[in-house]
Amino acid sequence: MAEVALPPPRHRNLLRSALLGLSWGWLLALVLVPNLLVLAASLLNRDPTHFLQLPLTLDSYRRLLDPLYLRVFLDSLALALATTLGCLLLGYPFAWALSRIDGRWRPLLVFLLILPFWTNSLVRTYAIKQLLAANGPLNGALLALGLIDAPLELLYTQGAVILGLVYLLLPFMILPLYAVFEDLRPELLLASRDLGAGRLATFVHVLIPLTLPGILAGTLLVLLPALGMFYVADILGGARVLLVGNIIKNQFLDARDWPFGAAASILLTAAMALLLFAHRLARRRLRDGEAP
Amino acid sequence: MTSPLLSLRAIGKAYAGRPVLLDLSLDVLDGEFLTLLGPSGCGKTTLLRLIAGFEHPDQGSIQLAGADLTAVPPERRPLNTVFQQYALFPHLDVFGNVAYGLRRERRPRAEIDLRVREALDLVQLGEFARRKPQQLSGGQQQRVAIARALVKRPRLLLLDEPLSALDAKLRRQMQLELKRLQRELGIAFVFVTHDQEEALSMSDRVAVLHAGVLQQLGTPREVYERPANLFTARFVGETNLFPARVLETQGERVVVDCAGQRRTLPTPGFAPHAGQAVNLLLRPEDIRVLGPDADHGLPGTVIERNYKGSTLDSLIRLDSGQEVLVSEFFDEDDPAFDYRLGETVKVSWVDGWEWMLPADG
Repeated sequence: MAEVALPPPRHRNLLRSALLGLSWGWLLALVLVPNLLVLAASLLNRDPTHFLQLPLTLDSYRRLLDPLYLRVFLDSLALALATTLGCLLLGYPFAWALSRIDGRWRPLLVFLLILPFWTNSLVRTYAIKQLLAANGPLNGALLALGLIDAPLELLYTQGAVILGLVYLLLPFMILPLYAVFEDLRPELLLASRDLGAGRLATFVHVLIPLTLPGILAGTLLVLLPALGMFYVADILGGARVLLVGNIIKNQFLDARDWPFGAAASILLTAAMALLLFAHRLARRRLRDGEAP
Repeated sequence: MTSPLLSLRAIGKAYAGRPVLLDLSLDVLDGEFLTLLGPSGCGKTTLLRLIAGFEHPDQGSIQLAGADLTAVPPERRPLNTVFQQYALFPHLDVFGNVAYGLRRERRPRAEIDLRVREALDLVQLGEFARRKPQQLSGGQQQRVAIARALVKRPRLLLLDEPLSALDAKLRRQMQLELKRLQRELGIAFVFVTHDQEEALSMSDRVAVLHAGVLQQLGTPREVYERPANLFTARFVGETNLFPARVLETQGERVVVDCAGQRRTLPTPGFAPHAGQAVNLLLRPEDIRVLGPDADHGLPGTVIERNYKGSTLDSLIRLDSGQEVLVSEFFDEDDPAFDYRLGETVKVSWVDGWEWMLPADG
């Protein structure tokens, strides 16, 4: 009988409630509560011994607007945007090519793409540092080839930080782009050409709009970490390059100013929420929205 | 004689060393409905993609109205395509899809509005302009794809199995509608299909393709009644094949031996010689079923009967073992019309209704 195989409805409901409860409990305890604690910390005053004290204040947010910090935020944003652009310029053609090659090789290539994740990113950042060092293999090779006379100063520059960030974050751009390219029907590009659009017009009017969800998802996954990966700036940029992440870290660990660090952190969270919202909007528009 | 609109000369194309089209030459006349008919893998879709410019021939040339198209990219060819799966842009609504080609030409807004409205009215989708393609039925999407291609006023419209995704009834309706559009607009259509009935009912001319080779080019009637070879005969409709041997030629007549029966037939399109092996091809509707006592015909037994409404289709196994398909129209005045399974009969035909081909053809 079928009833024997299935637990009675009441027990099934219990199982469902238990599983749902577990998920909600997890989200509540490990996502919502910590974020609320950070929000609360950002609204409190600094205390030299207990880190935080009442009364509530918006002082930390006001300090975020200080030209000194504003400068750092804007610089960090510019760096993150450059990183995102770099990832997009490299990742877009890569993802397209990946979706077009023989299906047999694709799983292997996707595997190779995520293989570096098996090594801690801190270790990989140190590896880049070795590569770029004045006496590292890159300079060595250039010197040996006679292309340069003296070692290039590659390390501790903004370029080195961007290079490191692009290297670490590129897979996060490629994977969502690969997903949209795989769903893309090639006839749509042919139809565009057939209707009189050249390659460039087809790219602008068909390919970009159809891959926009992937572009936005990739941007989401690259831009925010690029604002926060302080150790990349520490290792490859020396003291010369500061990310928002460095500020947050410094406030919590060095300056012992928790409210200010929390406020900077909330700023990042708000930026992420904004981008998520834009992503949802773009997806919905593609599915059933209106023509431009 | 008008010069052809589209002229394909000695087209050759291979994929990874495997030939898909072999030395194919074909003309499309202005305003005609030409169908490329063949089984899947015969090269018909490749040929269409070559005409559209999505692929390039390895050999040969393509000319449109006297201008060489071979090196012209698809966006600059004055022809448009209706794709098999419609290929509507999902990020644009119906209006945006139809307007796409005109917007790329940077036409004035008022002209675009007018021409898109006209095109949508032409396919009876006027009130669906603001819908997204995903919100339309398959038949409606098909109409949008047609409107999108026609709005550009092409000299030539290419259609790649456009009806294959529709159910039978809708398909029939769209066949009539496409035919009406083609007549009204006077645009040449090159239509790809593997459905021989569709090809026969819609086309002015049919090009039968098999294994990358053009087998026959002719009107539907020519292709059906006078197939150039066995492939065409078998692919276009049902065919019964009777092997025979030429006994002698007598001026306009040729005498053959068909399963022991001597028949005097009109001379076929080729020059037969005595002793030559030939095949006599007969469509099921050209076969006559006679009683067992008839003085001519090949004896056999009725092994299957299928009532088809307007016709009665039977399968008759001849004493030689060969099976013959017969399709007869009902004649209510003929008491002898109906016969039972297992009944012995004789099959014959009116001399001259057969189509003779050399056996090695």
